[in-house]
This record gives sequence, C-alpha cells and structure tokens, in this order.
Amino acid sequence: MNHFDTEPFLLSFRLAAITTILLFLFSVPLAWKLSQTRSRSKPFVEALISLPIVLPPTVLGFYLLVALSDRAPVGMFLKEMFNMDLVFTFEGVLIASCIYSFPFMLQPLQSGMEQIPAKLLEASYVLGKSKLETLLHVILPGIKPSILTGVIITFAHTVGEFGVVLMVGGSIQGETRVASIAIYELVELLDYGTAHIYSLILIAFSFVVLMVVYVLNHRYRAPGG
Amino acid sequence: MIMVFASLKKKLVGTEGDFFLQTDVEIASGGITAVAGPSGSGKTTFLRILSGLTSPDEGLLEVEGDIWFRATAGKKPELDLKPQQRRVGVVFQGYALFPNMSVLGNLLYASRDMDMAEKLLDMVGLQQLKHVKPSNLSGGQKQRVALARALMQRPRLLLLDEPLSALDESMKAMLQDELLKINREFGVTILIVTHDSSEMYKLCDRVLLLEKGRIVADTSPRKLFVERATTQKFAFKGEILEIKAVDAVYVAVVAIGNNLVEVVVDSDEKENLRAGDVVVVGTKAFNPTVRKFAAKDFDFSKL
Repeated sequence: MNHFDTEPFLLSFRLAAITTILLFLFSVPLAWKLSQTRSRSKPFVEALISLPIVLPPTVLGFYLLVALSDRAPVGMFLKEMFNMDLVFTFEGVLIASCIYSFPFMLQPLQSGMEQIPAKLLEASYVLGKSKLETLLHVILPGIKPSILTGVIITFAHTVGEFGVVLMVGGSIQGETRVASIAIYELVELLDYGTAHIYSLILIAFSFVVLMVVYVLNHRYRAPGG
Repeated sequence: MIMVFASLKKKLVGTEGDFFLQTDVEIASGGITAVAGPSGSGKTTFLRILSGLTSPDEGLLEVEGDIWFRATAGKKPELDLKPQQRRVGVVFQGYALFPNMSVLGNLLYASRDMDMAEKLLDMVGLQQLKHVKPSNLSGGQKQRVALARALMQRPRLLLLDEPLSALDESMKAMLQDELLKINREFGVTILIVTHDSSEMYKLCDRVLLLEKGRIVADTSPRKLFVERATTQKFAFKGEILEIKAVDAVYVAVVAIGNNLVEVVVDSDEKENLRAGDVVVVGTKAFNPTVRKFAAKDFDFSKL
C-alpha cells in the first residue's frame, strides 16, 4: 500500500478526457466527409486512420518519438515556433494518444452517419437549413448511440493505452506516468500489492465502461426508441 | 400568371440505357398538376430539379419571374440556386420526418412560427399528437406531418412525390380533400407525382405524362381518361370479390375504392370473369356492364 497514489489515475483520466474531446471535435467533420464522399481516396484515408488498430503500439510510438524529437523537422518546427517540447511531456503523449485512438472515435461516427437516410438531409436542405444546422439538429441527434459508443470507447481505450505512452512519454511522475505505466513500474519494483490495486481498479473501470456501452446500445435499439 | 417555366435537359441512367429528361413546360400559378408516367420515366428527377436537389445539365428554370437555374450546353451553370434558397415545399416519398423531433418539433424546425404551426396542426387534425415522435405515428399521420411541415415556410410551390401511394383508400380520400383545401387556402401551386388515375381526376387540373424523359401528353385528366377512353357515361376500376348465382342471373360483387357494389352479369360475361379479376364497371345508357380491365383503361401503374 505504501506506493499507492491517485496521481497516475488522475493523469490517465485527464489524458483520456482531453483526447476524447479533441478527437470528437476533429472526427465529426471528417466522419461526415468520409460518409458522404465517393472519392477514390476514401479507402486510403480510412486505411491510414485505422492503422493504429493493427500496428503494435511500439511502432507508432517509435515513429512519433522520432518525428517529435527536436532533431526532426516536425519537432524542430514546434520547438522554434512555440517553444514546445513534445517528447517526454504530457502534450507529446496527448498528440500520440490522439493518433492512437483516432479510429475508435472515427469509425462509430462514420458508420452512424452512413446510415442516416439521404432523404432526411435533403428534407432539411429544402426547409432552408444549412449544412451546419443540419449537422447539429438532424445528423448528430440521429447518431446518438454512435456518438456514445465513440466517446466511451475512445476514453476507455486511452486509459488503457500503454506502449505509445511509454515510447513517447516515458514515465515521468505527474507528467506522463499514467496508470498503466505506473503498474509496469510497480511490477518492476516488485511491489505486487500496489500493482494489484492499480490493476483491479483498471479492470473494474473497463468492465463498467463496456457494460454502459452495451446497456446503452440495447436501449437505443429497443423498438420505438 | 406563370408560376414555373422549365426548359431543361438532363441525362438520366435508365435500366434500358441512358436517356434524356427533356421538359419544355409552363405551369400556371395556383393549379394542381399531376406528373405521371411509368417508373423510371423521370418524374421524381423532374421534381428534384425543381427543388434544387438535382441539377440539370442545361436549360432554364424560372419561377415567378426569378431565374433559379440557367446553363448552356456543356458549360458550368451560370446560376443554380441551392435548395435552401428556393423555399419550395417538398413532401418526400416515405415522408422523411426527423425521428428525433416531435410532430411540433418537425414543424418548428422548418420555421419558428408557432402561429403557423398551430394553424397547420388544426388543419391536418394533429393537435392531439403534436408532442408525439414520428415513430409512433401511422402512415397517414406521418403523411400529414410531412405535408404540414412542407407548408411551414409558406412555399409558393409545393412538390409531392407519390404522397398517398402507401395509404389505404379512406385515408387517401381524406388527404386528397386536405390537399384541395391547402391548394385553395394558401394559393400554393402543387405538382404531384402520382400513378393513381382517380387521384389525378379528383385533384388535378392538368396531367403531364412522362415517358422516357419526354412529356408525351399534356392535357386535362378529363380529356385523358374520359374523352379518350370510351363512350361510356361512367367507368370505374374495381376488383371482383365474388360472383354468385341469384335466381336466373349472376351477380358480381365488385370493390370500387371503398364501396362494394353488386352488378348483374349475364352468363356470357360470367364465363370470362372470376373473383380477383380487375375490371371496369361502366354504363352505357342504363345497364351497367362489367368487363376485364385492359391497357386502354389507363392503368398508370402499368404504363
């Protein structure tokens, strides 16, 4: 018990919350574009965004580490323009986890939007409503289950992230040592007692999150709902 | 006064190859015009072009003196108003009600005009159901919501794409009366895609008959059905439910719309007819006749 600390959890949740908000804002327009387009570049974009699902997190982490370091063009640019250090910082981990969790937000939104009948959108347009008004009043309310799934899964997936954070962020207390990394360190220190507590908390959290997703999905699929 | 002038051309992809939708038509203000023809003849596309949801390839569309679309062949349109700029009322096939909004919500989404919404709800008899979501409404009720919603913006032009085809006869008749009322009360010009000859006859003052994208007939329903048809005084399409022997004659029970009628048929006629046949019941002078329904009886659903 002597090593128990809420900080890694708070850090995990802060990271997950900001990642989820950023990804939602970014995914809505992109999912909309992808759901409406017949462009031939669509599979390319989809495959690119889905890569984190199949890639080992270390691969993504490795290239992000290389790209964000102050010797690479991206890292150099950010350093010079904004004096931002991204490697081994919270901001760096945030960028990494946004990329890593992107498909988990985008895919549910896109498939929800693809199922909205074109007639509903046309009905909105002939009623004089702009595309933005249609998005806010017709499309987003029409895909509530997809939004919930996307938001919850993205949040949970970010909390459960390990490899990418370790590669890009290392394990700096209060900055990048999130819950999953803290467990790894505790095991290395042979503090199994605290590792158990941390792990059980994450198991309980993940289970509850998944339960909520399934309960909500059932409720939305119920007749008349 | 001319409401719509449409001289338009658009290439359409059909099951039997590509063809051109080509219209050259003027529609007077205030009337109800039927757009009829076989499926795939371009009826829906014509309505979509008027509402701005589909762009024609070339031509000129003028509504109440304003140009809504203008393009010369092979060039980008000089003008193509967006659907949002046209303020056309559209009732879609399948209603297209917003499932996340109540009946009243659907109306108010079109325009934040509570007085108009109340007036329309009264008119289509949906006051009691105004807080209900569309998924809990019957087909006829949905259709009325769609109609009321389309009128919220006080459109000058109302386009209906087979609005009544999915409804039963009594509901159809009621909504037809409502359409007539709306046409009179709001002075709105109505274009309606329909297959139903009785609907054209009851509602419309003009029929545009489309075939493979061309207007092959442009006339009044009366001319189309009655004068071209026969010398009969009246003729109704119906379905034989039963033929029964009564004393020395046979009596056919025929369903015509909502009504069941009994018509005496002689034994020769009886030989050709059986229950389930679609027939025309007509009369010359006094005695009604029943004969098999034939193509010349203008079944638009089979054209």
